[in-house]
Amino acid sequence: MNAPLDKPMPPLPARRDVRGDVALFAVVASLLAVGVALVVRLGSPQLSWWTVALAATCSSSCGLVGCYLVLRKMSLLGDAISHAVLPGIALAFFFTGQITGLPILLGAMALGVLTTLLTQTLRDYGNVPEDTGMGVVYTGLFAAGVIMVQLGARQVDLDPGCVLYGLLDFAALDTTSVFGVEVPRSMLTLGVALALTVAFIAAFWKELKITSFDAGLATAMGYRAMLVHYLLMAVVAGVTVASFEAVGSILVVAMLIVPGATAHLLTDRLGWMLVWSVVVSVLSALYGFAISSWLNVSVAGMMAVVAGAQFALAVFLAPRHGLLVKWVSSVRLAMRIVGEDIVARLYRSEEVAAAGAGGSSMAVTSTAAAVPSPASREHRATVWGRLRRAWAAWGLVNSGLARRTADGELQLTAAGRQTGRSIVRAHRLWESYLERHFELPLDHVHEPAERMEHFLGPELQTQLAEQLAEPVQDPHGRSIPPS
Amino acid sequence: MHKHLLPLADSLVDAISHRTLLLVQHAAHALGVEYNTLLVLMTAALLGGLSGVIGCFAVLRRRALVGDALAHAALPGLCLAFLVAGVRSVPVMLLGALASGVLGILVIVALRRWTRIKEDAAIGIVLSVFFGAGIVLSSWIQNSTVTGNKAGLDSYILGKTSGIQAIDLVVVAVASLICIAIVAAAFKEFRLVTFDAPFARAQGWPTALVDLTLLGMIAVVVVIGLPTVGVVLMAALLIIPGAAARFWTERLSVMTLLSAAIGLTVGIVGAAASAKIDRLPTGPIIVLVGTAVFLISATMAPRRGAISRWLQGRRFARRIAVRRLIGELYEAGPDTNRDAWRAGERRAAWSEARRRGYVESSPHGNQLTDSGRAAALAALRDERLWQTVLVEYPELAVGAADPFHAVAADVLPKSVVDELVARLQAAGRWPEELRTLVSPGGSR
Repeated sequence: MNAPLDKPMPPLPARRDVRGDVALFAVVASLLAVGVALVVRLGSPQLSWWTVALAATCSSSCGLVGCYLVLRKMSLLGDAISHAVLPGIALAFFFTGQITGLPILLGAMALGVLTTLLTQTLRDYGNVPEDTGMGVVYTGLFAAGVIMVQLGARQVDLDPGCVLYGLLDFAALDTTSVFGVEVPRSMLTLGVALALTVAFIAAFWKELKITSFDAGLATAMGYRAMLVHYLLMAVVAGVTVASFEAVGSILVVAMLIVPGATAHLLTDRLGWMLVWSVVVSVLSALYGFAISSWLNVSVAGMMAVVAGAQFALAVFLAPRHGLLVKWVSSVRLAMRIVGEDIVARLYRSEEVAAAGAGGSSMAVTSTAAAVPSPASREHRATVWGRLRRAWAAWGLVNSGLARRTADGELQLTAAGRQTGRSIVRAHRLWESYLERHFELPLDHVHEPAERMEHFLGPELQTQLAEQLAEPVQDPHGRSIPPS
Repeated sequence: MHKHLLPLADSLVDAISHRTLLLVQHAAHALGVEYNTLLVLMTAALLGGLSGVIGCFAVLRRRALVGDALAHAALPGLCLAFLVAGVRSVPVMLLGALASGVLGILVIVALRRWTRIKEDAAIGIVLSVFFGAGIVLSSWIQNSTVTGNKAGLDSYILGKTSGIQAIDLVVVAVASLICIAIVAAAFKEFRLVTFDAPFARAQGWPTALVDLTLLGMIAVVVVIGLPTVGVVLMAALLIIPGAAARFWTERLSVMTLLSAAIGLTVGIVGAAASAKIDRLPTGPIIVLVGTAVFLISATMAPRRGAISRWLQGRRFARRIAVRRLIGELYEAGPDTNRDAWRAGERRAAWSEARRRGYVESSPHGNQLTDSGRAAALAALRDERLWQTVLVEYPELAVGAADPFHAVAADVLPKSVVDELVARLQAAGRWPEELRTLVSPGGSR
């Protein structure tokens, strides 16, 4: 049979509750609408929309690959790569004089894969722990990149500030004509990056999924986990480099990790996680732009802050994994247990009273001695404990399990008696079960049973009774009430 | 803050920094260097040495990237402190940085404890969101306050030596004294917790307190390093000396001192280079110098360095090849098994064996010398012993050493060896000395 359960069993998952998800959809939709309205109100529309579109495109592609980084517990590799591509950007810029285009993309991808390779080489051949190796590799590369940019800044127009924090506003101004429409030059790069990211995910959907969730299984099934790993790293590097002009090479980390992590809190399905990460990215772009143009502060920084705020909201309010939901359900459980304890206590005292009337004084004394006296526990109770009990009692009266007598005492109703019987039955069955199958000494069976009684429903009770051949008495010699 | 306390503290700080200024000026005069140069070099050197000591433990205890998160998370506090104080007051700004850095660490801990977010994502989120907030605040300060441009907040991102004042040196010196005193006083505790925390906990040592102290010291080092090295690369100064020192030694005490020395050197060289070339921010230069030291350590260090490891591997392969060659010659004669060797391998083994005097080319052909025969016999016996030990007493073989590096008779208990030899002899499986030499051409 099962191992002894020293922790209460979690309640079986309830039927999928969609109310939280519906609320989530509603909140997100209204947030989107408000964000659009804000952007419409602020700034010149033409420019604003291109800026927002740039920001949204860049952070969406980052958010999409970021989901996989978060799932694979490789967020920091994303951080490392986004720093390490800087020398690649600088080099390609010195040779081509442009900060967009294929050479830069290729250079950055090469450096992204190089970072991973170097870290792994240090780990495998130098016995350097992975985090330390990563710390050395990416800071070294980043430092080299900064110095190259600084030294090169004199000859060419590569602004260190732009590289570090991005210049979204100016990126939107630098336009080119596509089929007669004025489009910001970097929109082309970012659009291509987004398209490539989506294509990559679509093409390697199955491979990415299986290697992300179970790399060992993937390898055993014949997928090349390492190949997928390096491909993903190359895509991360490409996305990073496409985005650096808009958000800078440091804040791109926020765009990579925060939407994915937020989405991870909102759902358990990979497909939805990708969708939510895009939503978070778009909201970051909208609100980040709106607030920053209102306060006249850095757009990229504000986008990171807005993303962080969404993450904080998700931490507290997410439908299934939010702290609030967890807290409410644990309070509910605690209240149910307190209420059931009261009902069981009332049932036991009725039992004792009936036995006393029946005249078997032996049984009464032994029962009274074995059951920890509720009075003594009440005596030790804190203010919080009393408050909790009062609340639970009120709940019992409210749900018709108990009623107040004229002098304020709680008394079980017929329904309450039924519940109490079931709980006491569960308690005593479990004590018998523990005694029979685990050979626990008599003074050790009460405590676990006191916890298990709240989680043994009618079905489990029947099974237990069958296993124990319909016992009539528990190990302490008290009768087990019929179901 | 109390309205009398702030001016008092300020005047105290002023007095101290003035004394330091005079001291450094005297020293600079005596040494015949510029005041500013000496100040910068002293600050950077102390900072490097201190982060070397603390970073040594940070690396070993796997707290390297926590330092990174802390450094990034310090930026908003720095800016807020400037906004609140209204002036560029170093102690106030460092306190602000410390507060928000520690807040960032707490958020990481809380996320890991209460949500399904893993540590790596938590670090990344805190690092980037706090840094974003810092950038927002810094751009707000520069755009909307009169003193904004004088705040020098930019210098905190990549570090700048020109901004260093006497007070910075005082802060670094005081922090160094305190931290080094702590490390020296609790070295045993730090060593224990660093290498085997569960054991330390089981032994009743206050592991949590030691970890907390380490984290606190990391926070202090990171924050005081911000003005010099900058937010982005401060973590590197923490990681690199420790990681580089690790290649050279297996002893923690030596590693700590070495790490301090590396940090000190890196600090001096980096600051000097940055002071020479005006436009270069200090952080990246220091980190590049550090990376160079790390690379040299990773390649050149004896025993743990890449070159040394490669040589060790080659030497090992040769030793095994020679052993295999003389074993074959001894047991089966010159020309057997030729095809089982990889191309060129046998020839290399031959020349190595000849160098060691195990084989000779005689008029009769190539054959084992007397010493080669003895070595072959010893090797075969050792091999047979190890085989038997692995089968009969695997528990001995696991702990003792691995069969490729140690001689069984040296590392195993004598009673076991004697017993096994006796059993092997009884079973006729113990390699005996050859009574009759295989004649040189005999096996053809």
